[in-house]
Order: sequence, then structure tokens, then C-alpha cells
Amino acid sequence: MGRPLATLIVIAGMSVLGGAAVTAPPAPDPGGGGLAIPRATAQNPTADLPSWGAPTNAEPVAAADAASSDPVARGRYLVDAGDCMACHTNPGGAPFAGARPISTPFGVIFSSNITPDLKTGIGSWSADQFYKALHHGVRRDGARLYPAFPYPHFTHMPRADVEAMRAYLATVPPIEQATPPNRLPFPLNIRFVMRIWNALYFRSDTFQPDPARSPEWNRGAYLVQGPGHCGACHTPTNLLGAETSNRPFEGGKLDDWVALKLTNDQRDGLANWSQAEIVDYLRTGRNAHTTASGSMGEVVYASTSRMSDRDLRAIATYLKVLPGAGPTAATTTPDVATLRAGEAIYVDTCTACHRADGEGSPRLFPPLKGDAALQSKDPTTVVRIILAGARSVPTPGKPTPIAMPSFAWKLDDQEIASVATYVRESWGNAAPAVSATQVARLRGKYGGPKD
Amino acid sequence: MDQELSVAQDPAPVDAVLVGFGWTGAIMAEALTAAGLNVVALERGGWRDTPADFATTFDQDELRYFWRHRLFQNVAHETLTFRNKPDQVALPMRRLGSFLPGSGVGGGGVHWNGQVWRFLPSDFIARSHNLSRYGQAALGPEMTIQDYGVTYAELEPYYDRFEYLCGVSGRAGNLGGVVQAGGNPFEGPRSREYPNPPMEMTYGPTLFADAAARVGLHPFPHPSANMSRAYTNPLGLQLGPCTYCGFCEKFGCGNYSKASPQTTILPVLLARPNFTLRTGCEVLKVELTADGKHATGVSYRDETGAARFQAAGVVVLAAFILENVRLMLLSGIGKPYDPRTGDGVIGRNYAYQVTSSVNVFYDDKLINPFIGAGSLGMIVDDFNGDNFDHAGKGFIGGGYIGVVNTGARPIESHPTPDKTPAWGSAWKRAVAANYLKTVSIATHGAVMSHRNNYLDLDPTYRDTLGRPMLRMTFDFTDNEHRMSDFLTERAGDVARAMGGREVRLNKRTGDYDIVPYQTTHNTGGAIMGNDPKTSALNRFLQSWDVPNVFAPGANAFPQNAGYNPAGTVAALTYWCAEAITTSFMKSPGPLVQT
Amino acid sequence: MRHVAITRRLAVASAAAISATAAVSPRPTAAETLNRRLPWAAGTADRPEQIDARPGYVFFAPDEAAFVEAAVARLIPADELGPGALEAGVPRFIDRQLAGPYGQGDHFNLQRPMPKGTATQGWQMGAPAEVYRATIPQVNRWAADAKGKPVAELVAADQDAVLKALESGAAQLKGAVDGQAFFKLLLQNTIEGFFADPIYGGNRDMVGWRLIGFPGARYDYRDAVARHGEPYPLPPVSLMGRREWTRS
Repeated sequence: MGRPLATLIVIAGMSVLGGAAVTAPPAPDPGGGGLAIPRATAQNPTADLPSWGAPTNAEPVAAADAASSDPVARGRYLVDAGDCMACHTNPGGAPFAGARPISTPFGVIFSSNITPDLKTGIGSWSADQFYKALHHGVRRDGARLYPAFPYPHFTHMPRADVEAMRAYLATVPPIEQATPPNRLPFPLNIRFVMRIWNALYFRSDTFQPDPARSPEWNRGAYLVQGPGHCGACHTPTNLLGAETSNRPFEGGKLDDWVALKLTNDQRDGLANWSQAEIVDYLRTGRNAHTTASGSMGEVVYASTSRMSDRDLRAIATYLKVLPGAGPTAATTTPDVATLRAGEAIYVDTCTACHRADGEGSPRLFPPLKGDAALQSKDPTTVVRIILAGARSVPTPGKPTPIAMPSFAWKLDDQEIASVATYVRESWGNAAPAVSATQVARLRGKYGGPKD
Repeated sequence: MDQELSVAQDPAPVDAVLVGFGWTGAIMAEALTAAGLNVVALERGGWRDTPADFATTFDQDELRYFWRHRLFQNVAHETLTFRNKPDQVALPMRRLGSFLPGSGVGGGGVHWNGQVWRFLPSDFIARSHNLSRYGQAALGPEMTIQDYGVTYAELEPYYDRFEYLCGVSGRAGNLGGVVQAGGNPFEGPRSREYPNPPMEMTYGPTLFADAAARVGLHPFPHPSANMSRAYTNPLGLQLGPCTYCGFCEKFGCGNYSKASPQTTILPVLLARPNFTLRTGCEVLKVELTADGKHATGVSYRDETGAARFQAAGVVVLAAFILENVRLMLLSGIGKPYDPRTGDGVIGRNYAYQVTSSVNVFYDDKLINPFIGAGSLGMIVDDFNGDNFDHAGKGFIGGGYIGVVNTGARPIESHPTPDKTPAWGSAWKRAVAANYLKTVSIATHGAVMSHRNNYLDLDPTYRDTLGRPMLRMTFDFTDNEHRMSDFLTERAGDVARAMGGREVRLNKRTGDYDIVPYQTTHNTGGAIMGNDPKTSALNRFLQSWDVPNVFAPGANAFPQNAGYNPAGTVAALTYWCAEAITTSFMKSPGPLVQT
Repeated sequence: MRHVAITRRLAVASAAAISATAAVSPRPTAAETLNRRLPWAAGTADRPEQIDARPGYVFFAPDEAAFVEAAVARLIPADELGPGALEAGVPRFIDRQLAGPYGQGDHFNLQRPMPKGTATQGWQMGAPAEVYRATIPQVNRWAADAKGKPVAELVAADQDAVLKALESGAAQLKGAVDGQAFFKLLLQNTIEGFFADPIYGGNRDMVGWRLIGFPGARYDYRDAVARHGEPYPLPPVSLMGRREWTRS
């Protein structure tokens, strides 16, 4: 889960756009409006999630590891908490050997090899060099890292935690695997450009606890802002691709997944999630409101499901203190013909799992009534899930990878628009209507033509 | 351990190799890997799972799944030959009909109904029980029934384990010896209640149960692996509530509400590092040492067509019964059965089940028979096994009678009254008038084993790999005809009490016919028992002749009972797995001394 | 080798991110080795094959089509209850079936020798397409001998008589064909075409389902289970929908 590079273009010079020869994925449809710059995301050609297990190590993480005096155990825990595995392991490849393509709107960055291999990994890096990368975003050779690597968050980690991570990474099997060159256009391929960006948006800054808050809140704040780097996806970006400091956790979007608002908004935020439900979600990928799939499923799989309950509670404590919009009245004006068609499709094809009343079967088939992602202004998530299907992340607590099937072959663009509009407008839900055009734009990427 | 394949290299040895990966294979793999063994399963079909292969978006397709055999064994590749009598020429079963073995991961466990029964305690001692109650004359000279060598009491914990794995919906009829109202009063004692309450009942089974009670019988809900509510099994796997869609029997389940290997075992099993599943791998034979007394592993044909060898300490035959028996014949495990002399054990005591039906046609009741689930129904067990006095009836054994509302898909199910022509306007009128207003009662009867019902290798026909096909010689005997007629009449008694306009009895007459679908409850051919002269397997499902070969499955039934076999197959598999992990692995060798 | 084994076992992959080229496709039945993973890929569905959408027949020659059209119109006639098999598109359904895998013998074992067996031994003929091709001319020849014209040109009563003769086995056809077995096949395929999902070319406008009250490709009857004796309220639906799915 990295940082966007999108608007680097802006600071790098207007002339670039016209001259860039890179074949970039088309900019996604902004959907319900707002600036929704796609963020960097790890490409996964197979989407073949291993069943739950322990990708970083053979044994399940002990909760005690979070505070272990053994730096290797604590480092392993922090590497999980930082979700390092997700970007630094290619599907089907060796753990932490990198070379996973990270797609950005302007090209592809390959994650680096962080195994202790001397030649291609970080085996020859000193403790200072490793710390500098995480704390300052500077590579061993002095070059600036791209913020696809979330050093603006890792900078908050105290040196002792960073060294624990390094201690653990020194124990993983060394793999000789060179990192392929990034496929970025000029001038993004010149790392010097990052100096400008850093000057504008980056402060190296170790986390400082707020003495006015409880130790639990402070632990949560540290995990969310530091190793967890939640804002990298869940905070909207400004025109220059940096997280907007005045709108933290108000939601974002990456690779055609809407990253939910983590603020306590009634309709499309976490207001209705209790602290225990947040913990439940992060630990098992399920709670009474929804199930995790897509990019957040990856985070649950490789990171939060391996964290201690104590830390998950701390995260929830922190999140529940975030502000949020209160109840909002439905202001949309649904088109009756669309809703009628949508209802017919829903009754015939959706009720077996989600039920006629939208209540679903919690922790199994997600309820649609009151769902935050469904009511997100931007309908990208719901449309791509209808087109391609989605699989709930399997976790040790909930190992069944319940999946929704693909409807692309069965429903045309208008039918998907109708049923998506219907579920966004039923049972008290409210969100802007979905158009056939919006569906058509996503169909090319997430489903073939209708039969 | 490195289990990767490469060109011209056989995979590394494992503790156990499983041949076939349906219910038996999945249960065995789960039990063996939980005990720490390294296990490889070889499945000749492909990978299949809910969201891509039987999703709610396309699953409700009667033509494709039932009539075009989407999930079934493809007889073009391999079939068997069949004849009724030993003096006839067996011909290939060119089209599946009477029974429908599965193909691919999950096997028949994908398209089964989810009917989870326990056999009666007396079923496990069928020979000694019937001999002591009715004498040798009741059995006759040709009936070859035997005791299992394992008892109901020994299997009870394993029945229980499977029922909780599957989240069976039902109502106990006997808890620890105390008969429970509303359950099956004839069943053996259970250690605890079913994990889920009975399913909600449709109209047809309700009318049947009311009438059955009025005529003095004891109706109870069919035990069902279709979920009456959302369920989480002991492995932590989740099943959804059944939606009564009626596309269950002969179909995969699209919304995770029918227990199958996929829904109840595989996500946990496939996460274990000591388990590997290879699909597209057809086992050719079990390889033995020169003295024929020890299996070294199995040879198989992999996805490229190349012959491979998988070395293993234990070989578990976990295919459908017909293939298990054929593999034993092809591999030279045990002596083939000879019906003329009665000698030999492989192929002996092949049996089946005998079914019939009774229709009740109403003028005034909308039954809506399309609402259904594989095991949704009401049953009476008053005429099963030895739950009633057989004296003077001319047969032993029995079966259950009930209305099981599996869903009336119209190509298959469009009952018409007696004397309706099979086509034309009169047929069309009858179908239109009766489709929504007919209740069908089924009888589901046992088949006893008989000297001339057996399996061997066909002398003429071969499969596409050049191996002899299995040859089935089977017919219903007088015992079955008398028993089935008796059951059909008793079903008729209930039918006439149901208040319909007209009752139609559809008796099973004539020779066994391989064309119309009856049941996929083939049994025997490699049976268990206490005597190596009359059984292929000992009471732990272990080959008497090659002690590191185990063959759990319906092939082990010495004769069939009047129930669907899956519950007993599963219980025997758990029982066998426990014998392997707790006894055999510690001291490899025969678990029963001869 | 070892390297690959380790990585398979420890591989991590994303939950649902899919490549930009993902498209819905039928599942391949390729062999796989599964260790520490449970396959799933977004956008895959073992959806039904589409039939040839062109008008007219693909398999039947004109005289074959004429026979089948005439025969199915008698097997399930149009009458006061509504359309029959002809109006429901059953000839087109059978045509597409015979042109497809079923007609060509998929899931049939056609190994020789193929002597005539007992009735209980079941199908001992070639693939369905061969059976139609070989038998229809013989039925027409028999009809011409018995009634003076091929089946399609006979009046309804005579057509019925021919079909009855086939059904009972009274019609002794020439050549190596079995009229009675053919009749069973034809009747079975006709009923299939009348009641199968409309995606296969028959059951046009779901007329077969409407005739009997079958609600079609539904997947949730929970609200109706306990409503004993009440009419089911929803209309039939095909796998590809019903008219009400279209926004109007």
C-alpha cells in the first residue's frame, strides 16, 4: 500500500505529460465526483490468495511479541504491523525478495529486495543506512526513495523499533534477486525530483505521545500513523499527491477500490462500528457490518490479523475518537424506472445471499443495508465487485473465503447500473445513482462483455 | 519436504497417498494431516469451488447439470460394463443413468443431497441378527450377508463428528438410550443432539407427516446437511442458511449452504503445509513389492500424460466404490471373487438399493414442489431394517418411506396420473394440471448381498488408458422385490390417508435397469469383516493381504442398508483414520491378527 | 527445486487485486498442484456455453428439420392451454444440442463392439447426432410405405399414428436403426427443449414454465417455504433475466 505518484507530474513540469511515452492505465472514472487520484498498488496477476497461514513465519504471532524484549520477535511483529510482506513479496515469489510490480498511474515501480542477501538485498546495509531509509526516505546510495514506500509514516517509528525490524529481516532466508528497473517516464525517473516533494510535504518526525490522552490511545495513534501507515490509503490526497493534513482519514481510493472513511461519519464512515467491531474486523476480516476483500483484505491477511488484540483495541480506540459527520438525510432523487429494474434484478439474483431486506448474513454474506462502502459517493467498489466478484479474506478466525461470483457475463451495463443504484437507495441507504457509462468504463478492466 | 514435480522426476515419498479426493479423501486427509502426517491426494478430475464452478449466477440449470452431466463422471473416458445375470454378455454403460458418480475435487460430495443417516445398530450385525431372529431359512442359500466387524457403538463418536462437521439439521430420536419425541424412535442411541434444528418444512412433507401419524407411524424430519441456519463447524468453517432453491440434488450449492468437502474441510486443509492436492492425476495402480504383501506407493498418469510414481508409507483408496474395487483388481490386492465356487474376496457382495414411489394428486392443494432442498423432508422409519417383525413376509431388510422435497425441476419431474399417455395434448393437460399439486412419496430400500451379484474385470472392454473396465453383474432378487413391494404398499397406506384425488403406485418391477436414475448408493465389492476368507478388509478397513493399503468407502459395506450411505462412509473413514494414526503409524503391520 | 517449493508454500498474494486484463472466462480444467493455497481468480465463471445465435438450423438438413418440426408439434401440441413445442422453439433447441457436445457424444461411451443388448443395459447406439441422422430417413420411408407420405406432409392424425408405431415398436424400420429407442430420445429431447432454460433455444418466453407454474432459475424461496398452499408470487426468470430487468 504505497503513496501516490500521480501529481508529481504537476511539480515536475507541465511539459512532461505531453511527452511521456509511457503506456499508463487510463485514469479511472472519478465516479461520484471529487478528486480521486489512483494510488500506487501492488499488482497481482493471479489473485490467488493462499489460504490463511503464516506467510512471514511458521508459527502464529504471539501477542506477547508486540512488547517482546527479543528484538527479532518484536521486529517480526512490526514487519507484520507494517504490512511489509504485501509489497515486498511477489505472488509466488520468495518472501521479502521484492520485485513485485507496484502500479501507479504513470508507470510501474518494483519493490526492492529486503532479504539479507548481500548483493541484491539489504544484507550489507548498516543500521544507520536502514534507519535512514525508513526515517528520511533516503536510499543507501543517497538517492531519494519514492513515497510508494511509505516513509512519511515510517518516519514516526522510534529507532529501537526500526532496528527491531532490521533484526528480524536479517533472519529471513537471503534470496538473490535483483530488483527490475522501474518503468517511469522522465522526469519521474529522476529521483532528485523527490527532493522537491519532500521539501513541500515531508517532515522526518518521530512519534510523540500526547500526555493528555490515555496510553491506549497513544499506542493506537502510533500504530495507525506509524507502521500501519493507514493514511496512505485512507486520507485524501491533494493535487500534489500528498495526504491533505487537514482532512485526515476522510477516505481515498486506490486501484479501483474505495478506501473507506475512517472518520466517524454516519453514512459512509465508521460511526456505526463499535470499538469491538473494529477489532473484530481487523482480526478476522469480518464484523457485523462487512467483510474485508480487495486491498483491505490483503492488509487484514498479511498484517492486522497477525496483530495482538491489545494493539487492535488501541487502534480502535484511536479511530473512535476521530470526528465525523452526523446523520445525513438522503438527498438523492432516484429514478423510478431504474429502481424498478434494479429491484427485479436484485430479487432474482442477489437475495439468496444478501436477502430481500438487505440484512445479509453477518460475517458471512455482508449486509448491504447501512454499508459504508456501498454508500460511498464513488461507486467504483460496488461496480467492480458486481462485475468481477470478490473474495472475503480468509483469516485464522474465519478461514472460509466466501466469495461473490462474477456477474459481468450475465448483466449488461445498464442492468448493473440499475441494481447498483437500487442497493444504494434501499433500506435507508442513500448514494448517487450509478450510470451505465460508469459501469462500461470499469467493465473493460474487471470483466468481459455480457454473453 | 519438497513436493514439486519436474520432468522425469517422481515426487518425494510421503507418509500417505490418497487415491481420489471426494468426501472420503477430504476426511482422511484432514484427519491424517491433523496428526502430523505428510499427505498427498491424487484426484483425476479438476479443481472446483463455489464462486466459479457452481455459483448462484448459473447453477440453477437443470439441462446442463443433470441431463448433460456437468459435474458427473464422464463415461467417455471410463465406464463399466453391465449385465443382470452371469450368463449374459456385459455391455458398456454408455450413458450414466441409474447412478451418478462425481468427478473432480469434492467428488460426489459436490452434487449429493446432503442426506446424513446413521445405520441401525442391527445393520452392522445383519447376519447374526437375522439368523438369531428368523433362522437360516429366512436367508436362503444364495444370500451372502455378513456382519461388519465394527459395531454401531464403536462408530457413534465418528458419526457424531461427521454430523458436526456438516452442521446436520435434524432432531434426535434417541439420546443416550432415551427416546425423544419428534425424532426417529428407531435410531441407535446418540451422544448428543444434532448441531442444527430441523429445516423449515414445505407443504408436501407436512401433509405426509400428518397422514403418517394418523395411520400410526412415527414421522420425523430428514437429517439434512442443508443448513437450517448459518453454521460454523468445528474447523471454524462457515456455512450459510439454505435458501430452499431446489437445485441441490445433482447440483453444486451456490451459496455455501450444503455441506461438501469444499465448504466444510478444504479451506483449512489446503492451508496446512503437510498437505498437497494434485488434480488431473489418474492413479493407474497400487504398486506392490515382489512378494505382493506391501504397497510401495501408486503409479499414476499426471497432467502431461507422463507416468509417475508416488512413494508412500500408506495407500488409502478413497475413490468411488467402483474404482476402489477396480484398482484392487488391477493391482492384485486380494483374491478376485469367483461366483461359481464362492471363493475370493475382491468383487464379492456388490449391492445397491431398491427404490419406488407413490404419487398423491390433489385438486385443491398448491404444493409448490419446486421449493426444495436435497434433504428437506419428513420420513418414517417404521419399516426399515428390523424395526418391524419380518416373520412370514418372505424377506429381510427394509427401508425408509418419506417425502423428500428435493425440488421439482420440470424436465425430470412432471408426474401424471395413471394411464396418462406419454405425449400429446392429453399429456400436456395432465402435466399442466398436476405439476403444482402433486406430492411424491419415495421408498428407499436395502439390497442384501447375493452370490451372483458381484464385480470383476471385463474380458472385452477397456478404458481410454487401455485398462480393463470393471464388469458389474447385478439384479434384484426375490428378497428385494418382495421388500420393495411391501414398502410401496405401506407408502400407499399413507398416501391414501393424505386426502388427495388420486394415488398412483410406481412399483419397481422387473430386472434391475441401468437407465433410470435410482440412487448412487452402490456398495460392496471390497467388504470389511472378521474373516479374511469372506472379506477384503479387516474391521479397520485395512487390506488383509496388503496391510499398508486401506480402503474406506461404501465398498466396505457387506450388504446395503435402507439408508443413504454417506454418514456411514464418513464414520468408517474417521474410524479408519484413527486406526492409521494411533496404531498403524506406531507399529506398521496388520491391525488384526489372523 | 527447493527454491520453488519454499516459495509455493510461503507465497503471499493479494486478496482480490486483479490484473488489468482480467476478463470473464470459462474455467480451464488444467491440472494443478495445490499446497497452501486455495485457488480463486476474480472474473471467472463456469457459465453456460452460448448457443449459435444465427437464425435457422445449424445441424438439421431441410428434410430433417421438417420431420422434427412436425414431430415435436405432435408430441407437445399447441392447444387451448397455449403454445406447444414448435412455438417454444424446440426444433431449434434440438438442432443446437445435436450440433454441440451432447450431439457429438460428449459423456457417452461409444466404444465398439456395440451389439444390441437387453433393455436394461441401456443406450447401445452412436452419438445422438448420428442417431437422428440415420433414423429420420428411415422413419420417413416407413411413413411413406404405411401412409403414403413422409411425416411432415401427413395430416396430424397420421403423424400421431406414425409416432405411436415408433413408440410401441410396431414400426419396423429398415437399416441398422432402432425406431423405439429413437422415439424415446426424440421425446426426451422435446421435453428438455420445452422445459430447459431459454438460453438453449427452446422454452421461448418461458412458455413451458408458465404452462406449469415453475418459477425458473430462482435461488431463494425462504419467504415461501412456510406459506403452505399459497400461490408463489413471482414470475419465472431465466438465467439471463426477464423483461422486468430492462429499464423502461
